[in-house]
Amino acid sequence: MISLVEVQETNKMIREMNLDVRTITMGISLMDCAHTDLKVFNQKIYDKITKSAEKLVKTGEDLEKQFGVPIVNKRISVTPISIAAGSLNTDSYVPVAEALDKAAKEVGVNFIGGFSALVQKGCTTGDRKLIESIPEALAVTERVCSSVNVGSSRSGINMDAVKLMGDIIRQTAERTADRDSIGCAKLVVFCNAVEDNPFMAGAFHGVGERECVINVGVSGPGVVKRALEEVKGKDFETLCETIKRTAFKVTRVGQLVAQEASKRLGVPFGIIDLSLAPTPLIGDSIAEIFQVMGLEEAGAPGTTAALAILNDNVKKGGVMASSYVGGLSGAFIPVSEDHGMIQAVQRGALTLEKLEAMTCVCSVGLDMIAIPGDTSKETISGIIADEAAIGMVNNKTTAVRIIPVIGKSVGEMVEFGGLLGYAPIMPVNSFNCAGFIDRGGRIPAPIHSFKN
Amino acid sequence: MKGIITVLGKDKVGIIAKVCTYLAERNVNILDISQTIVQDYFNMMMIVDISQAAKSTEVLVEELQQIGEEIGVEIKLQHEDIFNIMHRI
Repeated sequence: MISLVEVQETNKMIREMNLDVRTITMGISLMDCAHTDLKVFNQKIYDKITKSAEKLVKTGEDLEKQFGVPIVNKRISVTPISIAAGSLNTDSYVPVAEALDKAAKEVGVNFIGGFSALVQKGCTTGDRKLIESIPEALAVTERVCSSVNVGSSRSGINMDAVKLMGDIIRQTAERTADRDSIGCAKLVVFCNAVEDNPFMAGAFHGVGERECVINVGVSGPGVVKRALEEVKGKDFETLCETIKRTAFKVTRVGQLVAQEASKRLGVPFGIIDLSLAPTPLIGDSIAEIFQVMGLEEAGAPGTTAALAILNDNVKKGGVMASSYVGGLSGAFIPVSEDHGMIQAVQRGALTLEKLEAMTCVCSVGLDMIAIPGDTSKETISGIIADEAAIGMVNNKTTAVRIIPVIGKSVGEMVEFGGLLGYAPIMPVNSFNCAGFIDRGGRIPAPIHSFKN
Repeated sequence: MKGIITVLGKDKVGIIAKVCTYLAERNVNILDISQTIVQDYFNMMMIVDISQAAKSTEVLVEELQQIGEEIGVEIKLQHEDIFNIMHRI
């Protein structure tokens, strides 16, 4: 029998600690839409997306009501467009992005991910065309998200792609300069990208996935923070145990929503991503968790260890709660989306270098970081190369979502709005790395890639 | 299908009556009620059977919420599964 205490605990987590299901993402394969004619291809993908996701938003809203738990985002991810559109006879993929945007608007999702290319070992003609279309595609569409995988532990890092992406990020920033370079907030550069990730902007429907699938991302930094407040000052064992227990409960909610959504939509359930993803709301911050753990600010000595503890125990708690845990699962450390991280940057506690160190143990990488608008494309490529190297050598996913805000410099604020938040522009080490980036070619895979 | 109704707010006359009347009119059977009052604050949990309800769960959720707003308390109806799955392995 359910007890009053349990009911109160669950509802307190939802009401006061911002427990939510962050996203239901429907992955849709566009493989069967391949065509040589642009018009036919666009019509086919539009039809397939709008038909498959017809009831997605309504179902999400119904579940929200039935269980009384907020489901913040309903989204779609599709087969990387560079693959689905490989046979297209066209120079620009911008019209494809527009078709995706139109489909997303039609079904009412806030983002559609998959304007992507996987080029860790090399670029096909289609990959190159797609990458070159990114700046305009992100400027003329509203809901399309783009990602490029430039490296992996198995194949090394494609430095030609790294060099190109530095330029693409700058162009994207310039094309959306009138809106604080927001285009870059919808563009991720990955190393070891996962194919079942429900989180934007890096979501796409992997080529190993089935026709259509439902992935759910759960999140609850506020719940973890509150639970840790109860054990303040206690030892690390207690700390870890508390995170684990909380992550378990949070993930169970995601499992329930995922199963029910999958049943109602008649689409198989894929994975639960049990990430702690912050929002700009007070009380929904990873940096606040560090503070409860005993650090004055995020970025203080000990932060990397604190993040390692947090990430590991979130995973440990979550795997018990669902048999299919996947995606990026762990703690996200975006700057602009976390008011505690923003404060840490403003107080000088958190630097880009410290964030990079933290990405060795977080679930993704350098995320939503605003940098000066005059940062050179080589410097951006250098930042991408560093981050990709961390991912490649450590067999983990890393990513860069960095925003050179055109016309703004260190210390100024930039406002992206909504879940994307706001951020102070952070200083970047501006010593030249052009000689390194200009070499081109590929960094060979590390020795431990030879596992078979 | 069972649902859990929670009512939270400042205590006053007629809260239970209002909720129960609404449920009876919609053919929702009450299986269990537990209630406490802490420092003037009314706190009630009901387990109800909504399988024979005259309206869909989504409508019940909305209408109960409206009743809550009218009498100044917070009323929530949730499917029992969210509590079962979180607290029972």
